[in-house]
Amino acid sequence: MLELILFSSLNGLLYGLLLFLLASGLTLIFSMMGVLNFAHASFYMLGAYFGYQISLAVGYWPGLVLAPLLVGGIGALVERYGLRTVHKHGHVAELLFTFGLAYIVEELVQMVWGKVPVDYRVPQLLNFSAFTLFSTTYPAFRMFMLLMSVVVFIGLLLLLTKTRVGLVIRAALSHPNMVGALGHNVPMVFMMVFGVGCALAALAGVIAGPALVTQPAMAASLGPILFVVVVVGGLGSLPGALIASLGIGLIQTFAVALNVSLADVLGHIGITLTRDSIGGDLWMATVAQVAPIIPYMLLVLVLIFRPKGLMGDRDT
Amino acid sequence: MNRNLHLLPWVGAVVAVIGLPHVFSSGAALTMMSLMGFAIIFALSFNMLLGQTGMLSFGHAVYYGLGGFMTAHALNAIAAGKWPIPLPVLPLVGGLTGLTFALIFGWVSTKRAGTAFSMISLGIGELVAACSLILRGFFGGEGGISASRTSTLRLFGISFGPQIQVYYLIAAWCLLCMAAMYAFTRTPLGRMCNAVRDNPERAEFVGYSTQMVRFIAFCVAGFFAGVAGGLAAIHYEIVTASVVGAVPSGYVLLMAYIGGVAFFIGPIIGAVLMTLLQISLSDYTGAWQLYVGVMFVLVVMYAPWGLGGLLLMHQPLLAAGTLRRVLPAYALVALPSAMLFVGGVLLVETSHHLLVKAAEGPAMRILGVEYAANSPLVWVAIAVLMVVGGLLLKRLAPRVSEAFHAARQEALGRRAAA
Repeated sequence: MLELILFSSLNGLLYGLLLFLLASGLTLIFSMMGVLNFAHASFYMLGAYFGYQISLAVGYWPGLVLAPLLVGGIGALVERYGLRTVHKHGHVAELLFTFGLAYIVEELVQMVWGKVPVDYRVPQLLNFSAFTLFSTTYPAFRMFMLLMSVVVFIGLLLLLTKTRVGLVIRAALSHPNMVGALGHNVPMVFMMVFGVGCALAALAGVIAGPALVTQPAMAASLGPILFVVVVVGGLGSLPGALIASLGIGLIQTFAVALNVSLADVLGHIGITLTRDSIGGDLWMATVAQVAPIIPYMLLVLVLIFRPKGLMGDRDT
Repeated sequence: MNRNLHLLPWVGAVVAVIGLPHVFSSGAALTMMSLMGFAIIFALSFNMLLGQTGMLSFGHAVYYGLGGFMTAHALNAIAAGKWPIPLPVLPLVGGLTGLTFALIFGWVSTKRAGTAFSMISLGIGELVAACSLILRGFFGGEGGISASRTSTLRLFGISFGPQIQVYYLIAAWCLLCMAAMYAFTRTPLGRMCNAVRDNPERAEFVGYSTQMVRFIAFCVAGFFAGVAGGLAAIHYEIVTASVVGAVPSGYVLLMAYIGGVAFFIGPIIGAVLMTLLQISLSDYTGAWQLYVGVMFVLVVMYAPWGLGGLLLMHQPLLAAGTLRRVLPAYALVALPSAMLFVGGVLLVETSHHLLVKAAEGPAMRILGVEYAANSPLVWVAIAVLMVVGGLLLKRLAPRVSEAFHAARQEALGRRAAA
C-alpha cells in the first residue's frame, strides 16, 4: 500500500508538472489575447516529433534545445500571419482557426511520421533505474523529467516576476492599451508570448515523448485535459494553473491505480449488486475506469459553481 | 406572384429530392444521397446554435449519437416484442432522446455564453465519450449496437430493405426537418435567438432572459440532432461508441462553417459538399482530410461567411444586372488562383506519395499525368507555381474587392432609383 502511494504520488507529480508546462503557456496566451488555443497540444506533439527526428540524426540532447526553438518559431509565425488575420472577425473565429490548425497538424503528422507510434528512445545516458524501493524500480529518465519541469517552472516564475520583460508581459495582461501607450510594441509582445508558450509546449513534448507514447493521437488526448487545467485553475493565473495541474495529475494517477467499484464498497455493508441489477454497469465500474471522466466532471462543476476557477480573478 | 416566389426553393428541393434517384440510380449514389440527408439535418441543427444563437458547441454529436443509440435499442425492442410500430416514426425516438439529453445538459451549459459555453460543451462531449467505455450495456462496447430495420411493422408492403426505400424515408425526414428548422428561424423566438447572438445585453434590457432563449434553442437543436442520429442508425443498422466522440462533433462544425453559418442554406451546402468530398475525394487521395482542414482554415481566415455566403453575396449584383462588372476582375485572379491551387495540390500529393507510399517507388500519376515524385524538376515547378501564384494573387486581390464594391454600390443605387 505504501509502495502504491509513493509511486502514484511521484508519477502524479510528474504528470502534473508536465501538464503545467503546457498549461502555463496556454493560460498566458488566453489571458493576453483572449484566444483559447485549441492547437496548443498540437505544438506539444510537434515538439515530440521534432525531438524524435532530431534524435535520429544527432541524438537526444540537441533535440531538447532545437525542437522547442523550431516549434516556438512556428508558433510565432502562426500568431503573426494566422491569428492576427482572423482577429478582426472576433474570438469565435480565432477559436475556430486554432481548431482547424490542430486538425491540419494532426493530418500532417500522420502523413510525415505515419499513424503508428514512433520509437522515440530514452537517451543512453539516462537509461538506468534511479532507485529501487519495495522491489519496484524507478527509471532515471523520469527523475530527469521531474527535474526539468521544476527548473522550467522556477525559470518562468523568475522571468515573470523579477525581470523587465516579465513586468511588461504582466502589464500587457491587464492593461494592453496603457502598455501600448507607453511605447511598447504590444502585438510584438503577443507574438513573443505565443511563440514562447508554444516552445514550452514543445519542450514538454521532448521531455514526455520518450517516456509516454509519441503518436498522432497524443495531441487530441491531452488537449481537452489542458482546458480543464486552465479553467479549473482560473484563466490567466499561473499559481492556479500549477495547483490545478498537480491536482489533476495526482487525482488521475491515483484513480487509475484503484481497482475498486461501487459494488465492492456496498458489498462490505451487505448490499450485493451484480451487472444485472438496476443501474447495471454503473455499479460495476471501477475507479480506474471512471478516471478519464473525473477531469471533465471537475470542469463542468467549476464552470457552473465557480466560473473564476481556483485562483482566477475574472469569469471564464 | 411575388408572394409565392419564396416557395420556389422549397419546390425545387422537393423536385430534386424525388428526381435525384432517377438520375443517379447506382447503389453508391443512393448511399451518398442518404448520407447527405442526415448530414444536412445534423449540420442545420448545429447551425441553430452557432449561426442563429451564437453558441459554438464542441459536443453536438452527443445528441446525435445518443439519438442513434436509442433508435437502435428501440429497433431491437420492437423486433423482440413484435410491437406494431412502423419504421418511419422511429427517428422521433432519436429526436426525443436528443431533446431529453439536451434538456439535462443544456440546463447546465446554457447558463454561460461565449467561450465558457464552448468549454462546457467540450467537457460534456468528453464526459459522454468516456462514459461510453464504462456503460457497456447501453453503448455496446467496441462492437456497438446492431439493429435490423426490416423487422418493424410494415405499412403498404414497404419493407425498407432496399436502399431506395431508406433513401426516400431519409429524404422525407430531411425535407420535414429543413422546413421545420426554417420555420423556427422565422418565429419570434428564432428572432430572439439572433438578438441574443448579436447583443445579449440589449436582449436582457428588452426583458428577455438570454439564458432561457439559449436553453430553448439548445433543446430544439438537440431534438433535430437526435432525429439525424436516428436516421443514421436506420441507415447503417449499427451504432458504435465513436459517434458520440469528438470527431463527429468537430466534423459537424467543419460542415456548417465551410458551408456558411450566417445563412440558412449555408450548412446545407456544407453538408452536401463535405459528404461528397468524404466519399469521392477519399477515392483519389489519401490526404483528403488535409484538404478539408486547409479549406476550413482558409474559410475561417478569408471567407468567414462560408461558401454559401460567398455565393449569396452575388445575389444583389445578379438582381441589378451589375454582375458582369466584376467578371473581368475575377478572370484576372483566375490564373494566379489556379496556379496556387495546382501548386498546393501537387505539393500535398507528391509529398504524400513520397512519405506514405514510399514502398511503391517514386513513379506516380495525377489525373493521368505520370511523373517521378523525387525529380527536382517537379519540386521547382511546385515552388514556382506557389510563389508566383501567391504573389500575383496578393497583388491582384485588392482589385477584385474594389470591383466588387463598385458593382455593389451600383446595384444598391439602381435599387434605390427603382
